[in-house]
Amino acid sequence: MKHLLSTEDLSLANAIRILDTAEEMAAVGDREVKKLPALRGRTVVNLFFEDSTRTRISFEAAAKRLSADVINFAAKGSSVSKGESLKDTAQTLSAMGADAVVIRHWASGAPHRLAATDWIDAAVINAGDGTHEHPTQALLDAFTMRRHWSRLAGTGSEGADLKGMRVAIAGDVLHSRVARSNVWLLRTLGAEVTLVAPPTLLPIGVEKWPCSVSYNMDETLEQGVDAVMMLRVQGERMNASFFPSTREYSRRWGFDDNRLRSLDALGMKDTIIMHPGPMNRGLEISAAAADSPRSTVLAQVRNGVSVRMAALYLLLSGDTREPAAPALAYAGTHSTKESN
Amino acid sequence: MTSVTSAPVPARVVLSQADIDRALTRIAHEILEANKGSQDLVLLGIPRRGYPLAARLAEKIAATDPTVDAAAIVGQLDVTMFRDDLSHQGTRPPYPTKLPRTGIDNKVVVLIDDVLYSGRTIRAALDALVDLGRPRIVRLAVLIDRGHRELPIRADHVGKNLPTSSAEKVRVRLEETDTAPGGTPVNEVVIEGRS
Repeated sequence: MKHLLSTEDLSLANAIRILDTAEEMAAVGDREVKKLPALRGRTVVNLFFEDSTRTRISFEAAAKRLSADVINFAAKGSSVSKGESLKDTAQTLSAMGADAVVIRHWASGAPHRLAATDWIDAAVINAGDGTHEHPTQALLDAFTMRRHWSRLAGTGSEGADLKGMRVAIAGDVLHSRVARSNVWLLRTLGAEVTLVAPPTLLPIGVEKWPCSVSYNMDETLEQGVDAVMMLRVQGERMNASFFPSTREYSRRWGFDDNRLRSLDALGMKDTIIMHPGPMNRGLEISAAAADSPRSTVLAQVRNGVSVRMAALYLLLSGDTREPAAPALAYAGTHSTKESN
Repeated sequence: MTSVTSAPVPARVVLSQADIDRALTRIAHEILEANKGSQDLVLLGIPRRGYPLAARLAEKIAATDPTVDAAAIVGQLDVTMFRDDLSHQGTRPPYPTKLPRTGIDNKVVVLIDDVLYSGRTIRAALDALVDLGRPRIVRLAVLIDRGHRELPIRADHVGKNLPTSSAEKVRVRLEETDTAPGGTPVNEVVIEGRS
């Protein structure tokens, strides 16, 4: 792995490796000194062309916990507003010696462009591009689900996947990069995904995705789910009338108090409610659902730092090969002490 | 890393299962002697093979001193993130760090590893310890000391001093972590190389 651009081309071995490493990174958060020297002397640039609170702060916390130097770049107030192109910005960062670029861009594919060209010789991490992908969000969602899933199974989460878990992703799939990244990653990890959305908020070609599609929230719940992921209604991207009114949306597609009660009525006591944030309380998720013990919203934020630490560590500590060789040595029976 | 296709190299067994067991028994007694008892003792094994060694030492200490609960004094200390060769070596996922419930503050910590070579692992371990607490004393016990130190580090307790050339490889195989090609568990120390 040189870059982390999408979950679609992330292999199962690499996905498990990131999640396992994140498990160890999570332990750092409980220690007295919440810092590791692994990336000392490396520079991580947060290149944000689009607004973000939790993703940027999460990446910044992750890089700092690994002792990397962090430079934050926001398009507002930078030369981008004077018309500087992505290429020039990238080359400027390259000249300053950035080792990793965490990029969020309003244009789908911008991180791929950065990784595919020779503008900059750094690891590129996609922190959300347009309506395409948001791989670290999907990884932290999978991490949260895996912890829950293996706790239910009574086993350790190390090395586990999500085989057999039923996940419903509900809401504004059309504009959601979180939904896309999650569909690919959860498929790789063996979970069954159902998208629940009004037809107007589903993208063209969704029938080719490796998941099932439903237009009815209550039916999906009745069939049984282990995790419900509510997506934010992206008001800033709503340039047409996708649904008649927010009230109707909330009734039909939102996770309201009635649906929260119906989970209990249906006997699904272990079903968790997820949300990538920021939440529109009262629209796609009711306050009672967001604050219920089922809600993993805060756990997701906490796990985000661990998962991003794992991604930065694996991309930046000198490994550019596929995991086959090191993974063998890791589990192998004859590894040596020659590097001791 | 060894290449999978290399021709069979002459391997010589330098410690058998019984040798390893005797060495560990002696080290266990040395640790108790140096510490004047089992007071405040914590054994931290360095993954992978330091940890099973630490567990075996704790069993032996518990066998001599019935007041000791073996499981309560053993821990594992991962040093991956503290290595100085992180940017050259391939990454490996870190192992869990597990400390005894009592923590390590004001304890006598004995670091345990299988082979002492350049000393860089132990330097990383000392750095890792600092971030976890402040032990009263830190000691080092290793099964094999093969020389070729690159740092001013020495072991307090050594199972066997093994003069080697740096072209040789010392392999420690323990039944907790390794199996022989046939699948049977092994306990041995082997030297391989062009001697």
